[in-house]
Amino acid sequence: MSIRTVKMVVTGPFNSGKTAFIHSISEIEVVSTERKITLQAEKIKDTTTVAMDFGRISVDEELVLYLFGTPGQKRFDFMWEILSEGMLGFVVMVDSTRPETFREARYIMETFRAYAPTPFVVAANKQDHPDAWSIEDLRIALRLDPQIRCLECVATEREKVKNVLLELLYCILEEVQE
Amino acid sequence: MALQGNLHDFSVTQLLNLVHLARKTGTLTIQGTNDHASLSFAEGKLIYGQSRSSDGTLISILLAGKQISEEQAQLLRSRPQASNDKELGLLLIHAGYLTQPAILQAVQKYITELVLRLFTWSEGGFRFHSGVLPPEDRITVRLDLENLIMEGARRMKEWERLQEELPNLDVALKFTDRPDSRLRNINLSVEEWRVVSYVNPKNTIRQIARANRLSDIEIRRIVYGLMQAGIVESIRLEGDTAPRPPVIQPLAKGPDQVSLINRLITRIRSL
Repeated sequence: MSIRTVKMVVTGPFNSGKTAFIHSISEIEVVSTERKITLQAEKIKDTTTVAMDFGRISVDEELVLYLFGTPGQKRFDFMWEILSEGMLGFVVMVDSTRPETFREARYIMETFRAYAPTPFVVAANKQDHPDAWSIEDLRIALRLDPQIRCLECVATEREKVKNVLLELLYCILEEVQE
Repeated sequence: MALQGNLHDFSVTQLLNLVHLARKTGTLTIQGTNDHASLSFAEGKLIYGQSRSSDGTLISILLAGKQISEEQAQLLRSRPQASNDKELGLLLIHAGYLTQPAILQAVQKYITELVLRLFTWSEGGFRFHSGVLPPEDRITVRLDLENLIMEGARRMKEWERLQEELPNLDVALKFTDRPDSRLRNINLSVEEWRVVSYVNPKNTIRQIARANRLSDIEIRRIVYGLMQAGIVESIRLEGDTAPRPPVIQPLAKGPDQVSLINRLITRIRSL
């Protein structure tokens, strides 16, 4: 019996929490391609994803879901299109505490929408932080259409991550049932 | 929840739009490059404003609106009511010097001009202090933000035109053929010369702006001028390859897909 694999992509700006998101839900240790950051401007954290992160959730004996995290830095955006091929849907991670990244988040969202017209949700990460923008303010800042779901998220908390993935799956289900 | 950031990332237009749509009540403070301003809102309506360069007191407002002279302003400042705008306003009305509509109109005009000036700010930290309102003694109005945003947008016309002409700052510049003769016949400002000195197929316009500490609008204005003068032209960055056509893979529809998605949902719920 052959195993069917499906994938969902987790994208978003640099340091928005994509790796943590996948790490929280994956049943395997995330296959990460993180490297030490060399550019001073990007020294918010010590390492970053340069190719992709890779997590797995086995559904049953015949079906496996892969989660791919895209590299956040713009100079690796040539990977985005490759990663987006054949995806069921995607999650756009946004760091709710860093408005300087909202413009880029919108750009990434538009780019992925152009790659594939698959459903997506926006995960407003770091909602446990006192400086986090509220979901309502984020929706306006990101100019989200009313039908796009923008969800509270804390990438290090499995329940929050589960909720984001479930909401994305509900969107996909609605799409295939139309 | 905090609502703070920098105008570089979230413009005045976007901020006012957010306050309007979310019908916010509170005070927005903006620390600009050369000035500091604060605007107060009640349920998404603008009610008060002041800046460091103009303190927003009634005397200053009437003086700026040429409704009182400098001598009259000095005289009023010596009155005990001077520190309380509402009391001062009543004094002026009872003395038959100004009418209530005239005072309100002056305050409205002052706040409107302050906000419209803010539209030209492209840099500066902002923070929205939810629920914070101006002091009780200040005269407040109730201005519809939609109209202000529209007027501000008209003033931003130049900005938009520049953005249309030069949408992408991540391209490089190169000198057009035989720019030397052109450069000899043209008067460039210091800032324009600084930009010209960085023209190189390896530098993006954005990098040039950063090196010269220029805002997006400033660099666009300069580069657009240089382009119009035929001195430079934009080119793709060296090593940048043309984008590939997007691969469109629409989701297949049917009972198999529904079953697959339902299996995924069940599994994730169980985690």
